[in-house]
Amino acid sequence: MSTATTPVDTAPSDTRAPRAHLLRRLMANPLGGPAIVFLLFVAVVAVIGPFVAPNDPSATSLQNIFAPPGDGLVLGGDSAGRDIFSRLLVATSFSIAGGLLVAAVASAIGVTAGLVAGYFGGWVDTMGSWFTALTMSLPSIIVLIAARSVIGPSMWLTMAIFGVFISPVYYRVVYNSVRAVRNELYVDAARTSGLSTPRIIGRHILLAVRAPVILLTSGIIAAGIGMQAGFDFLGLGDPTIPTWGQMLNEGFYNINRSGLLVLWPSLALGLTLIALTLLGTALRDELEGTGDERAKKLPAWTPSQESDPLLTHGEPVPDPLLEVDGLAVAYEGKTYWTTVVHDARLRVARGKTHGLVGESGSGKSQTAFGILGLLPMGGRVVDGSIRFDGQELVGLSYDDMNKLRGHRIAYVPQEPMSNLDPAFTVGSQLTDPLVIVQGLSRAEARERAISLLGLVGIPDPQRTFDSYPHQLSGGMAQRVLIAGAVASHPDLLIADEPTTALDVTVQAEVLDLLRDLQQELGMAILIVTHNFGVVADLCDHVSVMRKGVIVETGAAEDVFREPKHPYTQSLFDAIPSGAPRAPLPGVTSSGDLGTGSLS
Amino acid sequence: MTEPLLTVDDLVVEYPAQGFRAKPFRAVKGVSFDIRPGETVGLVGESGSGKTTIGRAILGLAPVSGGTVSFRGEDISHPSTARRRELTRNIQVVYQDPYSSLNPALTIGDSLTEPMIVRKTPKAEAARRVRELLDMVQLPADSATRMPREFSGGQRQRIAIARALALDPSLIICDEPVSALDLSTQARVLELFLEIQERTGVAYLFISHDLAVVRELSHRVAVLYHGELVEWGDGDTVTSTPEHPYTQRLLLASPVPDPLQQAQRRADRLRLKEIQAEQDVQAAL
Amino acid sequence: MLKFVGKRLLAGIALVAALSVLTFFLLQTGSSDTARRIAGQSATEEAVAQVEARLGLDQPVMQQFLNWAGGALRGDFGVSWFNGQPVTDAVLSRISVTVSLAVGSVVLTALIGIVLGALAATRRGWLDRTVQFLGVLGQAIPGFLMALFLVIVFAIKLDWFPATGYTKPGDSVNEWLLSITLPVVALTIGSIGGVAQQVRGSMIDVLNRDFVRTLRSRGLPVRRIVFRHVLRNAAGPALSVLGLQFVILLGGAVIVEQLFSIPGLGPLALTSTSLGDIPIVMGIVIMTAIVVTIVNTLVDIAQAWLNPKVRLS
Repeated sequence: MSTATTPVDTAPSDTRAPRAHLLRRLMANPLGGPAIVFLLFVAVVAVIGPFVAPNDPSATSLQNIFAPPGDGLVLGGDSAGRDIFSRLLVATSFSIAGGLLVAAVASAIGVTAGLVAGYFGGWVDTMGSWFTALTMSLPSIIVLIAARSVIGPSMWLTMAIFGVFISPVYYRVVYNSVRAVRNELYVDAARTSGLSTPRIIGRHILLAVRAPVILLTSGIIAAGIGMQAGFDFLGLGDPTIPTWGQMLNEGFYNINRSGLLVLWPSLALGLTLIALTLLGTALRDELEGTGDERAKKLPAWTPSQESDPLLTHGEPVPDPLLEVDGLAVAYEGKTYWTTVVHDARLRVARGKTHGLVGESGSGKSQTAFGILGLLPMGGRVVDGSIRFDGQELVGLSYDDMNKLRGHRIAYVPQEPMSNLDPAFTVGSQLTDPLVIVQGLSRAEARERAISLLGLVGIPDPQRTFDSYPHQLSGGMAQRVLIAGAVASHPDLLIADEPTTALDVTVQAEVLDLLRDLQQELGMAILIVTHNFGVVADLCDHVSVMRKGVIVETGAAEDVFREPKHPYTQSLFDAIPSGAPRAPLPGVTSSGDLGTGSLS
Repeated sequence: MTEPLLTVDDLVVEYPAQGFRAKPFRAVKGVSFDIRPGETVGLVGESGSGKTTIGRAILGLAPVSGGTVSFRGEDISHPSTARRRELTRNIQVVYQDPYSSLNPALTIGDSLTEPMIVRKTPKAEAARRVRELLDMVQLPADSATRMPREFSGGQRQRIAIARALALDPSLIICDEPVSALDLSTQARVLELFLEIQERTGVAYLFISHDLAVVRELSHRVAVLYHGELVEWGDGDTVTSTPEHPYTQRLLLASPVPDPLQQAQRRADRLRLKEIQAEQDVQAAL
Repeated sequence: MLKFVGKRLLAGIALVAALSVLTFFLLQTGSSDTARRIAGQSATEEAVAQVEARLGLDQPVMQQFLNWAGGALRGDFGVSWFNGQPVTDAVLSRISVTVSLAVGSVVLTALIGIVLGALAATRRGWLDRTVQFLGVLGQAIPGFLMALFLVIVFAIKLDWFPATGYTKPGDSVNEWLLSITLPVVALTIGSIGGVAQQVRGSMIDVLNRDFVRTLRSRGLPVRRIVFRHVLRNAAGPALSVLGLQFVILLGGAVIVEQLFSIPGLGPLALTSTSLGDIPIVMGIVIMTAIVVTIVNTLVDIAQAWLNPKVRLS
């Protein structure tokens, strides 16, 4: 990362090598490698099996009934004296072919229909959802059994019908990914570039559908092989075509004569299906990057960079409520730590508002979560100290921290809608902490919650109390969250970009509310923001953060009047100057309102 | 006085509502304005004001249910598919989200040549043009062979601008092109917009929720509220001494980065709020 | 909500109706020479014609369908072509056994799968790996292969359970339990993994949602958050996967019954399909579809009820 003052901003430090070939990556995968090797072996057997089988797999022989292995019969003979080894070779061929047929039929129908329905909608969409509902209303084995009563014992037809029947699996996956991509801006951009619809489908849509289809196919082949085995195990298959299912059937009904009969086909079937499933899992890991490669042994965290000196304005705040010193926050990676906060130093005065400003990725929110002890999974405070009213917070257990959280320290989040549980009413979300944490009775909690809603300026508290989050506007929801935060009369309120998701006019009202509440309750506020306007409006003190380090701190007036750090200066320079643009020559300066535009 | 490049006259956009016999949702309710060649018109409004929808209607991505959109005097509200594709040579777009506006699976070069494939530009010619475009948006020439994920948000937005410029359009719809960017990146991208306009004489419809950004870039400004145009005129006038109560509220609501000035503005806003509330009461009586 | 339930019920009825039409024409018109097969190869032309008339096969297909559909609406699905037994009786007596196998397996799957999934989501570690292993196993090994293995080990080698046969719960509860243990276990092992993985996935999803952090910031204990908020929000996806498992288990039961000689739908389906006894096959298809549609509808309604947006509209 270069400094922010260079003319071209830099890319995120993504130094991954260009995508290695998928097959190579699969081979290196601990599950994928062995699965592929085994499946290749099965494939070879399936192809050459019928040609190298030493005997006719269907030739019966009285003298070979239950013959032991040896004497020309590698694995012995079955109940009709047929050569088990030859049967196994040929059965492999038919079983694999059955699975492939299912996948071919299902993908041909499902992918095509999914593409058309996903992109164009219309009657194909309606048909698709009906057919999907139809297939979901019956187990496929029932359908195949019913079909057999008409078509008779035909392996190929049965597998083709099964392919039709499970084609909705492809349909839905393709449909959903087309729908997702269709709304991507790059598809709109292609359209505004003048690309025709077939071109857009070929260029953008197929690309997005490829991975999920590949992923599904190993599972569908497995389902086909499994279904064929089940069908033939029931004795419904074509007796002239040896398959694993038929061999299982034969073995099972003669289990008391020879246990080996059932062993070979079960092994072949079981191992093949497991290999296909593992291949699917490995494919998903590689295509979607979901593999959880555990770190072998993460080395101890070490400070990774020299930190800038902290430039201060005036004397440091005496007897601060919150004092953060040398704070470092890092995330566990596979082999190394990613440090997001390096050496943060912060003093928040009692009853004052302190702004923590920075651009995205500066670590300002991470600092806030670190103080709250609510870092996302994998994140940890690795160094430094956080003292709240003299008490050290670093190293406190979750339960000990809970004696402060929700009592003396409170939190207001950025995105109001996603921070309320959609399944519960506002009232129940407000009263629950009051009952559980503050120990109020249900009735007291209810009364208090309603008065809190009034306090944050909600016009009809009772109605909001009974509402679900989806019934509120963003501004209302943010007021509810603020009400929840101040419920315990906290000494410190940590607000993470509390107005960023709101419209400007709503933002102004929420800022007013925060100011009023602070004066009323006498609490300190640590507000994380990227907006200097918000800081100017609300804050007594401000700290500027860059790349995990706080570079400048002081009284808001001083920092705004005379920024010392070059980075702070560059941020101020980047604020739109407010100088209007000269009117275009030849255009009258007084705007002429179009007709019918004003109500 | 020059002829307008684009004229939007009494534009109405309606979306069919979900559900049987439900009333359609009217996102834009009769909006009129025009853009002249080489001009920047700012379109300001908050969420739900219909500003993005107007841009999409001009591009043919949202249904024009009433009124007209004309380009150089030609009605383009409901063009044929072929005509719409020809129009894309003249009207281009830069979107807000720099992350989803580039296909993550295509190289930058592929994305940039996309508009040229349709025009059957020869390969060498297209490659030359890509270099030229990358140079114009101040990105290194080797960017063409790289993937979107190797670029930051600001760089991606430059790429999106380059793509919009590929066919030498006369109008670019800029839909919140800097609101997803950090402050310092935003400033440089805005500079780039201005510079390109000076060099190529392209006109912009600059859609944004940020009055300060719009003010810096626009010759004329239109203010939208709930799908209606409430104020329209010279950029300086609309953004510093607005007449419509909503624009007044909008102007005073956005905080200025100076504690003293902001204290003043806050006081002004609270006073305005009282006055308007009083007027509302009187209007109701 | 009422509107939603009404719509969902209508859709269910329409689905079963569409399925009936489809099945009737595919099966009835697909089978040929029915009367000849029933009457026997050596029967005279008159005898064949007699059979045809008796079964109504000499009427136009449309008429046959109207007759069948008229009966079906009154719960009369006709009689078997071969032994004259009423289809409704034959299928109902069998389907109850199959459905009880499937329901037993689904309940067991739900109990174990949800607990396992929830623990894996909150604890991770070895539980996580167990769930993943079960998931792969369940996905890879068909129920009947699992059953085959269980029979060989626990019935034939160890002799803990009967290998085949079925005792009605009315005759002896003990014997009944013994006779269905292996089939239910075989079916359940295969489906636990899928459910547990789904529950684990959706719980981790919910745990990473923003509101969980906000709830934590209010000082609520983790237990309270998981039981009250996370489980509730993860219930929807868990319900869908259970609904899906029910259909899969129903299919699995049909095969497993044959293996254990349990007098369910499986053996009936096998004999009637081999004979080409279309009325019975039709009855099996339609009644199974009705059972599954009822379950799917209940799942949908439960899902909608869990979602305040739908419940309140």
